Amino acid sequence: MLQSITHNSIGKNDVVAFKLAGQDFCIDIGLVREIRGWAPATVLPHAPPYIKGVINLRGAVVAVVDLAARLGFAPTEPSPRHVIIIVLYDGKVVGLLAELVSDIVTIDDAQIRAVPDIASDPSREFISGMATFDDGRILRKIDLAQLLPGTEGFSSC
Amino acid sequence: MAEMDELRDLFFVECDELLDSLAAGLRQMETPCHDKETVHAVFRAVHSVKGGAAAFGLSVLVTFAHRFETVLDLIRSDRAAADQQVMPVMHRCADCLADLIAAARQDSPADQPRVDALLAELDRLIGGGGSDDAVAFTPILLDFAMPEGDESGFTIRFTPHAALYRSGNDPLALLVALQKLGDMTVTLQQDALPSLEDWTAAEPALQWHITLRTAADLSEVRAVFEFVVDCCDLEIAPIVQDDDAFTPIVIDFDAVPDPVPSNAPAAAPSPTAEATASIRVNLDRVDRLMNMIGELVIKEAMLSRIIQTAGLAQDLDVTAGLDAIRQLAGEIQESVMAIRAQPLKLVFQRMHRILREAADATGKPVQLITTGEQTEVDKTMIERLMDPLTHMIRNSVDHGLEDEVTRQRRGKPLQGTITLSAAHRSGRVQIEVSDDGGGIDRPRVRQIAEDRGLILPGTQLTPSEIDQLLFLPGFSSKAEVSAISGRGVGLDVVRREIMALGGRVMITSVEGKGTTFAITLPLTLAVLEGMLVQLGDQTMVLPITSVQETLRPAVSELHRLGDSGRMISNRGDMIPIIDLGRAFAMRDTPTPLEDGVLIVVETDSQKRAALHVDGIVDQRQVVIKSIEENYGRVAGVSAATILGDGQIALIIDPEEIVLASGSDRTRSLAASA
Repeated sequence: MLQSITHNSIGKNDVVAFKLAGQDFCIDIGLVREIRGWAPATVLPHAPPYIKGVINLRGAVVAVVDLAARLGFAPTEPSPRHVIIIVLYDGKVVGLLAELVSDIVTIDDAQIRAVPDIASDPSREFISGMATFDDGRILRKIDLAQLLPGTEGFSSC
Repeated sequence: MAEMDELRDLFFVECDELLDSLAAGLRQMETPCHDKETVHAVFRAVHSVKGGAAAFGLSVLVTFAHRFETVLDLIRSDRAAADQQVMPVMHRCADCLADLIAAARQDSPADQPRVDALLAELDRLIGGGGSDDAVAFTPILLDFAMPEGDESGFTIRFTPHAALYRSGNDPLALLVALQKLGDMTVTLQQDALPSLEDWTAAEPALQWHITLRTAADLSEVRAVFEFVVDCCDLEIAPIVQDDDAFTPIVIDFDAVPDPVPSNAPAAAPSPTAEATASIRVNLDRVDRLMNMIGELVIKEAMLSRIIQTAGLAQDLDVTAGLDAIRQLAGEIQESVMAIRAQPLKLVFQRMHRILREAADATGKPVQLITTGEQTEVDKTMIERLMDPLTHMIRNSVDHGLEDEVTRQRRGKPLQGTITLSAAHRSGRVQIEVSDDGGGIDRPRVRQIAEDRGLILPGTQLTPSEIDQLLFLPGFSSKAEVSAISGRGVGLDVVRREIMALGGRVMITSVEGKGTTFAITLPLTLAVLEGMLVQLGDQTMVLPITSVQETLRPAVSELHRLGDSGRMISNRGDMIPIIDLGRAFAMRDTPTPLEDGVLIVVETDSQKRAALHVDGIVDQRQVVIKSIEENYGRVAGVSAATILGDGQIALIIDPEEIVLASGSDRTRSLAASA
């Protein structure tokens, strides 16, 4: 089932595209569980600055990562217009705070370009590739393995 | 292929059950009140293991089980006696069988020399039992016919009169009290029930027939009914050794679906009786159910808040409906928790084996007495209690009990006694491990602690503080490390594991009389009684078990120590004040003490501190939710819960907060160890 969604045909992937600080990003649709509006989170003491806190997702305690802060932009001042993309990664449920979700796009493997070596930008290590489109738009593909590395690195203060 | 694996798994799960009933049966065979059926049950258990093992080609297991079974068959047919020579071998065989099964499960090789030694011993027994002097074993039959009825139990007929109910007594409570005395079978006298047309609510028609197997005497049984003897018909007679006579009634009870028997408590499952119908359920499914119930309880709280704020609370229909839902949700939660609840019997049974091994290793004769095996706790607790209890039993045998020579000199029975007991006490479970040994040798404990640099020489310590030293990491009361306890695991690990379960351990010791370790545990890991406190714009939960008192101190009681240290004098004690807002890095500047409230907490390590919060909001039961599952550990926080408004509140871990804030004596000691 999941396989058929993520790889609906050879060399093609569906991704969820969203915006952060005027740039376009995307994430594999197979990892996305749901998208919900922002609601106030409970602050976690000693948490890294990019952790906005924890929210109640139908009974589960889910941490929300401020993607902007994590990628090196200014931290988000969340409003009800902001969205939380709930992802399931490596058995953990995590919320990603983004500005808005634009659409669902099918990407051909041939469209993917490597990330150029731009020195010292923190976002570089969290991007696994860039999908280019004929209209000149590009989608930066988020690498969750880097963004949410194991329990220790992720939660330690 | 996968199917075969599944069958194999199933076989091993069944083996666990069979081994449990085998161990229980063997122990019962050593008591005077066992009957023929016990021996049959033991035989059947070994036989079933053999059958299954044969199906999977586990030849070592089959050979061993077969020889084991042969001896049991001799006992079963009275050609051998279950006496002091035979029973220890039977126990060792049961242990060996368990190890062989474990080895087969992991596809690892069996301990062949041990198996061979036991097989030789079994052969010796078979040789002896089969010989001509089989008649010589007949005395065991006489044992059965022992005239002392009080050894084996009582049959009780109990018919409450209307007055009993009118005076507010509950037969169920009496039956439960009776059950504590021993194994009990309760049968409702159905022929005494009137037909529905003849039934009048004011006239009670329930009669029970109770078979109680107990070592208690008549007066103890009578004492149960002390307050109701005037308003019931009661006949108590010692059991005559023919329980077959009751069997038809028991079958009636099972066969006729009747709404009334639900009033009678389920009889304690006696190993001889067929267990009540049960199904095996995957734990995940129960967990899922448990989660959903937790959600339901939270949703109910949310709904009730919405109704309040919407001003609908005046509407009687709405509030009545909400009350009904609340009650229902509470009952469902309790029932689901009851599904997960399991008697401690499982753990206690394993402890018999641990004790035998420890006794063999130290050469000390020891008996283990267990009480309260039926006390139920959450399934997850059962598994996680196994290690700490194992260690405590070993510790009691190795360190607690004196050797035979010393015992003789002190005029004690040569055989030491370790008592393992469990009981429910005010919403918690208390488990005690006590020995009748020499008690804690405090001067020596002190000396060892000084030698290892755990305390400074000459430190003033109360006797109970000395006892606490045993829990320090790196402490071992024995000069040389012995075979069974020197595994690098100390009582500090025991305490940590118990604390991880939300429990605490206490020691009491009387010199020359023995030592008792008492563990108290919450009934479940799923809910917690908490105090809701306000901290800035956040609400947090403090476990009520750690709270001692709350106060608004007078200025004269507040003191400073150095630049930032603050404390409060409380009935002669100086207690450090911890600003929770700062401890959680929620604010930089300390809040003025005049604002807010102090909550005095005592941690499991008996340290006290006053936590400063902005206010106390409420006290209620909260459903515990894991933060670690999706995120990770948060310092000073043990878990989270969801409040009525759907917001998450963090549950404070007072132990960690207090440890992290201070650098008091014991902590610096522990760190230097």
